[in-house]
Amino acid sequence: MTVRASLGVIGRYVFAGFVFVFFALPLLWLLSAPFDAAPTVQVSLPDFTLENFRTLWDNPYAMRSLGNSVVIAAGTMAITLVLAALASYALSRVRIPGRDTLLYLLLLLSSIVTGTAAMVPTFLLMTELGLIDRQLGVVLVLTGGLLPTAIFILKDFMDSTPRSYEESARVFGASSLQILRHVVVPIARPGLATIAVWAVVQVWGNFLVPFILLRSPDRQPAAVVMFTFYTEGGQPNLALISTFSLLFSIPVVVMYLFVNRRYGFRFHGGIKR
Amino acid sequence: MTTVPSPTDVDPAGAPSAPEGGARRAHVDDGDAAGLGRWRATGFVAPAMLVIAIFLVFPAVWTLYLGLTNWRLTGLAAAEPEFVGTENYTDALSDPAFRNSLMLTLVFVFFSAIIGQSVLGFALAWTARRLRPAVRSVLETVVLLAWIIPASVVAFLWLALLDRREGTLNALLGTDGTAWLLEYPMQSIIVFNIWNGTAFSMLLFSSALASVPPSQFETARMAGAGTFATLRDVVLPNIRGHILTNTLLITLWTFNVFAPYLITAGGPQGRTEILGVYIYRVALRDGSLGQGAALSLIMIIINLIVASVYLRLLRERRS
Repeated sequence: MTVRASLGVIGRYVFAGFVFVFFALPLLWLLSAPFDAAPTVQVSLPDFTLENFRTLWDNPYAMRSLGNSVVIAAGTMAITLVLAALASYALSRVRIPGRDTLLYLLLLLSSIVTGTAAMVPTFLLMTELGLIDRQLGVVLVLTGGLLPTAIFILKDFMDSTPRSYEESARVFGASSLQILRHVVVPIARPGLATIAVWAVVQVWGNFLVPFILLRSPDRQPAAVVMFTFYTEGGQPNLALISTFSLLFSIPVVVMYLFVNRRYGFRFHGGIKR
Repeated sequence: MTTVPSPTDVDPAGAPSAPEGGARRAHVDDGDAAGLGRWRATGFVAPAMLVIAIFLVFPAVWTLYLGLTNWRLTGLAAAEPEFVGTENYTDALSDPAFRNSLMLTLVFVFFSAIIGQSVLGFALAWTARRLRPAVRSVLETVVLLAWIIPASVVAFLWLALLDRREGTLNALLGTDGTAWLLEYPMQSIIVFNIWNGTAFSMLLFSSALASVPPSQFETARMAGAGTFATLRDVVLPNIRGHILTNTLLITLWTFNVFAPYLITAGGPQGRTEILGVYIYRVALRDGSLGQGAALSLIMIIINLIVASVYLRLLRERRS
């Protein structure tokens, strides 16, 4: 029994060790290369320097692309949040005929009309609308994809918030929009924050949509520009790529930690695509 | 806010007349506490629906028509696309490259998602329960990092790991000069996708295992059941629904991934050209938009089949 039990413990930790190495090995490069004076693709103890970050700072495309990522992510998040909050609030409070069917239909649509499956019609639509090579086009396409899930989750959230405050505010003569802004939004803040973080994480890492819709390098976000960093010799510029990767990854890792600490991640696990 | 009076406390003099009051009560029963009314509610919902209609629903519906034309990216057929009927579909079905791509996609989804992510995710969730909390949290964090770091970055991390001349993997295994991405391209992107996506299955199975009543584990232990018997007789009956949910969702997601393009770009010689990458090549690189639209529709229909099974299950569980 004790032999079996201790074999079990050893087995568990050996398995955990192997899995840890499997997952950590590719990530190590992200920690070593940015600080290496002569970075290669191989993981090694860095010959410590911060010079690579100066290379990054001096590269106009790199910094601008990070700015573009911020613009696209913030724009998509803002539009998604406002439209989803309005829609989910109304859907939660008023019994519109066929409401539940509509919600499920939208959720179904957003899960089947993915960026990959719909890349051809999306590309053609944006060409016809004259939105190719414009960040607004990317924002609108991404917003359309995120809205159904955002409305679905926010409506669940709105359903569980108490209504007595709204009734009181209404008795005192507040308009619907005032009620939404001053009563509902403060109560629903955790739900809104979740959707905001979720939207940013979805958009921040998205490669395909901006890759297809944006042509000029000075408008492309970080996810696309990363693959254009080559030295004059045609080799990948590793000093630039490694520091850029690190800087590009930090925001989503920080946001994940924030959500995890604040609201617990397990519940939100299901909504990342 | 705690001192705000409830509607019944309000001075009767300021209260609306009786019939209106009655009408309001009807609204309250309806759940319309803010008094939106149907018209204003429609106004609140409309902007979101408009964006969804134009940028999500319309492209999907338009695909039905586009797939029947010979629309091209450049040239004569770009200005004046012609109606070609079902030619794109018959072309696709008789094209060996399409059938090859469909086959590769099946292999990719089956091994990386249904087998790889599910099994590893479950094994992790199962093992992690009995690890020390600190060890568990380190392990879970590293698995989650692989999931949340942007696809462009993880793709480059794998390019660095598998590099032929200086890659870390070759250095560790002593297999100098092995070109993993040329010799084992499909195996490489399968392992990559397992690495990239296992976190979801791990999270889902962790919460599933937490929902199994502890008394059942206790009973199994008292009866002297081994790990295998416990899994079969206690765990499996309890988490059957979660297994189905997990399988359907990761199938759908893996079917739609584009990240392998960043590692192999579909090569060498189309050996990793999964459906999404194939559509990209046909439609946007070779310029056959009509043909690409037909392929898009095929992909959307496959998505629809998987997703509708999932949504039916979801709906049954909620009602």
